[in-house]
Amino acid sequence: MTCADAPVFDWAMTRPRPVPDPIPALLAGYAPPPGVADEILDPVGQVRPVWQPFLRHLSGIGPEDLAQRFARGDQYLRDQGVFLRQYGAGTSTEREWPLSHVPVLIDEAEWSTITAGLVQRAELLEQVMADLYGPARLVAEGHLPPGLIAGNPEWLLPMVGVAPRGGHYLHFVAFEIGRGPDGRWWVLGDRTQAPSGAGFALENRVSSTRVFSEFYRQAHVHRLAGFFRAFRDRLIEMQGGGDARVAILTPGPHTDTYFEHAYIARYLGFMLLQGEDLTVIDGQVMVRSVAGPSPVSVLWRRLDASYADPLELDPASRLGTPGLVSALRQGRLTMVNALGSGLLETRALLAFLPRVCEVLTGGPLLLPNVATWWCGAPEARAQVAADPGRVVLSPAMTTRQPFDDTAQVTLRGQALDDWLLSTGAGLVAQEAVTLSTTPAHEDGRLVPRPLSLRVFALRTGDGWRVMPGGFARIGQSDDAGAVAMQRGGRAADVWIVSPDPVPPTTMLHVQSGPYRRPLPGMLPARAADNLYWLGRYVERTEGTLRLLRAHHARLAEADTEEVPILDLLAPLFAGRGVDPAEGIPAGLVATLAAAISAAGQVRDRFSPDGWSALADLDKTMRRMAGQVQPGDDAARATGALLRKLSGFSGLVQDNMYRFLGWRFLELGRHVERALEMALVLAELADDAAMEGALDLAVEVGDSVMTHRQRFAVATTRETVIDLLALDGMNPRAIRFQMDGIRDQVGLLPGATTAGQPSALMRAVMQAHTELAIETPETLGTWSLRALHGRIAALSDLLTEGYLR
Amino acid sequence: MIYDIRVAIHYDYDRPALDGRHQLRLLPRDIAGVQRVHDAGLSVAPGPVERSGHSDFFGNTVTEVVLSGGHHEVDFEAWMTVERLAPAAGAVQETALAPLAALAGELSVCRDLGRDSPWHCLAPSPRIAADAAIARHAARAVAGCGTALAAVEALGAALHRDLAHDAEATTVETPPSEAFARGRGVCQDFAQVMIAGLRGLGIPAGYVSGFLRTVPPPGQARLEGADAMHAWVRAWCGAVRGWVEYDPTNGCRVATDHVAIAFGRDYGDVPPVAGILRGSGGQRSRQAVDVVPRRDGAAS
Repeated sequence: MTCADAPVFDWAMTRPRPVPDPIPALLAGYAPPPGVADEILDPVGQVRPVWQPFLRHLSGIGPEDLAQRFARGDQYLRDQGVFLRQYGAGTSTEREWPLSHVPVLIDEAEWSTITAGLVQRAELLEQVMADLYGPARLVAEGHLPPGLIAGNPEWLLPMVGVAPRGGHYLHFVAFEIGRGPDGRWWVLGDRTQAPSGAGFALENRVSSTRVFSEFYRQAHVHRLAGFFRAFRDRLIEMQGGGDARVAILTPGPHTDTYFEHAYIARYLGFMLLQGEDLTVIDGQVMVRSVAGPSPVSVLWRRLDASYADPLELDPASRLGTPGLVSALRQGRLTMVNALGSGLLETRALLAFLPRVCEVLTGGPLLLPNVATWWCGAPEARAQVAADPGRVVLSPAMTTRQPFDDTAQVTLRGQALDDWLLSTGAGLVAQEAVTLSTTPAHEDGRLVPRPLSLRVFALRTGDGWRVMPGGFARIGQSDDAGAVAMQRGGRAADVWIVSPDPVPPTTMLHVQSGPYRRPLPGMLPARAADNLYWLGRYVERTEGTLRLLRAHHARLAEADTEEVPILDLLAPLFAGRGVDPAEGIPAGLVATLAAAISAAGQVRDRFSPDGWSALADLDKTMRRMAGQVQPGDDAARATGALLRKLSGFSGLVQDNMYRFLGWRFLELGRHVERALEMALVLAELADDAAMEGALDLAVEVGDSVMTHRQRFAVATTRETVIDLLALDGMNPRAIRFQMDGIRDQVGLLPGATTAGQPSALMRAVMQAHTELAIETPETLGTWSLRALHGRIAALSDLLTEGYLR
Repeated sequence: MIYDIRVAIHYDYDRPALDGRHQLRLLPRDIAGVQRVHDAGLSVAPGPVERSGHSDFFGNTVTEVVLSGGHHEVDFEAWMTVERLAPAAGAVQETALAPLAALAGELSVCRDLGRDSPWHCLAPSPRIAADAAIARHAARAVAGCGTALAAVEALGAALHRDLAHDAEATTVETPPSEAFARGRGVCQDFAQVMIAGLRGLGIPAGYVSGFLRTVPPPGQARLEGADAMHAWVRAWCGAVRGWVEYDPTNGCRVATDHVAIAFGRDYGDVPPVAGILRGSGGQRSRQAVDVVPRRDGAAS
């Protein structure tokens, strides 16, 4: 092959002398299967002009350099916490995000024909939706079979006749498209329920710009940020004034796309909520926040409609908000997209859309969809029977992704006819799709792999706008179905390349008027609860590690199994559900797992670094569990884990903005540390405790150095109680925690109303004062246990007042 | 016949309930040519903080209430005066009905998605999945039936004969396949099994909740299901005859002894009390129903 006569872009023209074309060498052995379109090579085997500069650049990168670049892209994704959740039989695991580092390049002119087709299609789907949730003329006039709608689980009866606030049902949709053997782009499926992937498209973009950084800057690739800015602005526009907010509704951390929800919430600057964060009061959707209910008027939902309201939709759903449908019925909420939009994903609808398009718009589909037949119609059955090998069958109402849920036709002849006649209404046949191929880099060379593309469109004030790019899926084998990421497919970035320079865009607003500091966001009670418990579990992990370290150090020194002083620690371990004989005990691993689970619920409020620090600690601890032996081995291992944990604590102290959420995290740490210390002192500083117990308390309290400096005398009960309970300067002392609790509670909303302290505030002040007037002589074991109870009661009051 | 009806449903909870939102389908509806509502009311204790009403997709009367929480028990009580009209005599000659085999053809020309369209009641619905055993039983029961109407009566009579009435055998969540396999259940099970059977035959069938007169007319036996809310079936018997109601628990066509509250595809569309409570712990409920014909009522 040659490309001597192919046009080249302007930047290439500036080269002083022609040099030998490196592309043929790069593409040696690159051979798409016969009868398949390819993204690099046009139908006569010429390299498409849009690929030439990129391939030339690629050919100039040595194998080691390229490997380093790919690693850079992967590192970025890892740092961001991008992973793929994979589902097996009853289990799910996270694996590295499978990025195919070579982007898919599409020429801007070709892209504009795709765009025009998708804009038309988005508007068509809006009209179909409005009809099917309204007068249903398409059914009455015979353009759609009634059984396909009436028996469809995605046709949500409570939503029929409910006009959407603002007049539109669809605001953000996606399309799965592919290039057929004829070189044309075809729509393979419509994603209208709650399409995911836009956030991943962004992450793929950042990653691919890390891999090809210098080239990307000059390659005239359309930027994605403008699309997201338009979407954010549109959502804010639909807010409709007042103090109601925009939020993103997620099913929660157990969904495979939760990372994307958290990422896009951070990127767009909207709250990420779960169903239980919301309540409906007098028809208005409200966030249960720590400062009381606060209105929401726009929800970008990332959960399937049937889960949204257990009262009127799927009653088994634990993810939804009772009353949401009622709020929609009253026109008090804009749902992006309207509940019920999943109906448009029904595969059998593809059979009717070409005709419906003619009926509703007076013209044909600009971008055809894959040939589809609903087998409830005699003509369709005849088509299938005539050439059964040409089609694949699916349930008529499936809304799964293209290629999912399909089967070959195995019957033939009369058996096939009979079967189609009896079950046809529930079946849809589609032409077996052959996707185009695009290069993937495998084993040091480019190989052609099947490609399908997810493209996103959003409704703006001036009509639909299509993201210039998308989310590409690359198959691992020639089979079209292999593009599914659950089946080993990989993701790739999509570059829409212009012959001319493209304007850079960012998410930043253009500032008009003097600068105003934006108000801090509101904190949902559930998020506050998770932050509070994150603080408590992290602190409990740390306290347990200190106890374990002291235990195993004593064990190692003693050289014998019998160390009487360790019996004093037994009730402390028992209270935490930890068996120190295990080395790294299962109870400790479970405590950290609880911390990570709480952190996972508030990932949108968390820096990726903080998350990585916790995940890293978890990984190390799990590796050690079952390997580390009691004694010296465990003492060293717990020391290493404590140092890793301090990395997380440092991030929280040094990097976390002092917003309301931080206060709850901080309160969790203070409360847990105070509770722990009260128990430690009650056990180890008791008058009856054996010799060495006080030193053990000082060690567990991480105050050995301080004690030595402050008290030149021997360790006595008075010095220990003073340093670990009453000294407000010691960050390990109970008093220090009480100061912190008083300060943080005083800054919570509603701590005082018209000068009057809340119940929690009163209890805090009382507990604080009672501790402040104690002396080492008066603070005995009994008082320490009473103090423990009082602090636990503060935790209950905090929960009641703010966390539910 | 005019009935004075009273229904009281009581819940109590082990722990105080948090805030709760409920949808109640306890109030009757007018049905042209079938029943007329003279008067109706509904009370909730403790008093709800929000209360509103609307009609659902099938035209049922829905009352939505929000309770503020902190309560250990809730009482819902509805009362109503409803006139049940006698079926117009001889409106349709049974011989004029379409044969069962022609029902599919009649359906295919029906292009209506309105609330009374048979299409809603043909496919499996959330609580009534297709069931091969029920379908086989139904096919045997209707062998030889010429019309859809005859098939409805044959299947209803067969189920009345073959299933035992047993208040302990099933719960409100028992799927029809299980109730059928056990061969026993209450009105909800009879109705849902019959619906599954009719749909298996290609006859659209839906669920009706309502009341049955408590005290039988002189000389007649007391009907099953009169001490609580009742349920029966409506089946679409072709374009001419339309919907026909049948009570498989009692093995009879529905006439003036029944008062309808709500229509749906299955029980899930018409629960008397649907409610979401935030809270934990167990709950119990009990129900009391009185359906008393008025002595001075209009002649039927």
